[in-house]
Amino acid sequence: MPENWTVRGIIRATFPLLVGLTLVELASGLVLDTGQEILTTYPSLLTLVPVTIGMAGNLGSVLASRLSTALHLGTLGFDARDDELAGNALATIALGLTLFPLVGAGAWVVQFALGGLVLPLTTVVVVATASGVVLAVLAVVVAAAATYAAYRFRLDPDDVVIPVVTNVCDVLGVVVLLTAVELFV
Amino acid sequence: MSIRAVARDAYGEALGVLALSAVGGLFAGVVLGGMERELTVVPGLLVLVPALLATRGNVYGSLGARLATGLHQGLVEPDLSLDDDRVRAAVTAAMANGVAVSAVAAVLGYLVLLGLGRPAAPLPGLLVVALVAGVLSGVGLTVVVVVAVFLGYRRGMNPDTLAGPVVTTTGDVIGIATMLAGARVAIALGVT
Repeated sequence: MPENWTVRGIIRATFPLLVGLTLVELASGLVLDTGQEILTTYPSLLTLVPVTIGMAGNLGSVLASRLSTALHLGTLGFDARDDELAGNALATIALGLTLFPLVGAGAWVVQFALGGLVLPLTTVVVVATASGVVLAVLAVVVAAAATYAAYRFRLDPDDVVIPVVTNVCDVLGVVVLLTAVELFV
Repeated sequence: MSIRAVARDAYGEALGVLALSAVGGLFAGVVLGGMERELTVVPGLLVLVPALLATRGNVYGSLGARLATGLHQGLVEPDLSLDDDRVRAAVTAAMANGVAVSAVAAVLGYLVLLGLGRPAAPLPGLLVVALVAGVLSGVGLTVVVVVAVFLGYRRGMNPDTLAGPVVTTTGDVIGIATMLAGARVAIALGVT
């Protein structure tokens, strides 16, 4: 409740969700931990970790917030041919395709500048781009499914959907990044 | 609107903000990339990375959203002196949440690693990392969020669209840098 501005009120309203989300994030941490050896061997891959997690969460949360606004306005239909849904999905994938290659190149450049270079530029860009495309598709699925669930169960999508989508996409970010590392490095 | 128009609109609105937060994420990555030693000396540290980073976003993102709503409703004044009871309550609650959830992450992470038979630093070591990182990042992000939201609002910007990007851009850098500080403190105290 935004009107409840006491310390106790705010903590009571938010702490349980925060603990739940922490459990989700610990799952992602455990996955990350299994890749510790390869990640610490190649610092340019370790550099990709926060930005991949962050971008996956951001793509999901931007899409979820746009879908929930469209839902509030009554312009959203849950049909693959719905303009609002398909257009936003397309934009999410285009954003992933634009930004992830740049992120990979950026990670390589900073490690090159720091002299910590072991992997070729193309490998880092391929890992980042492949992760980005898969993550953009997953972000669309998760955001659409969560918004639909909020609509069916009559929850306010702004309260629940955005934190859930952001944190689920964080976990997927780690899983997908490590899979790409296994495949391409 | 046609699919193409919706897509173009959504793409254009998000690109700048996402690019900015990617730059923040890369800075965080550089710090993490330089943490090989701490990650090896404090087993289990990597497990805490996503949880502690997400906590920063969840707690201080929600502080930003709350302050933005308060400004829109006229409940709080954009005054940086923190004289306002509501602002003080929101900031105190966010700091308490941030530190407490970080500690919870350390305890749960330790227990899970123990249960799976994976290597983990002793619990006091992981708790020191989480608490030092929780307190330092709490102070840093509170300053960033309050200043950005209040100053932005005074200059006629919409605090709702300001709070999110500010937290995602600075949260990862501050989160990782303060984890590094926490790990160094834990190592110096000999509790790892």
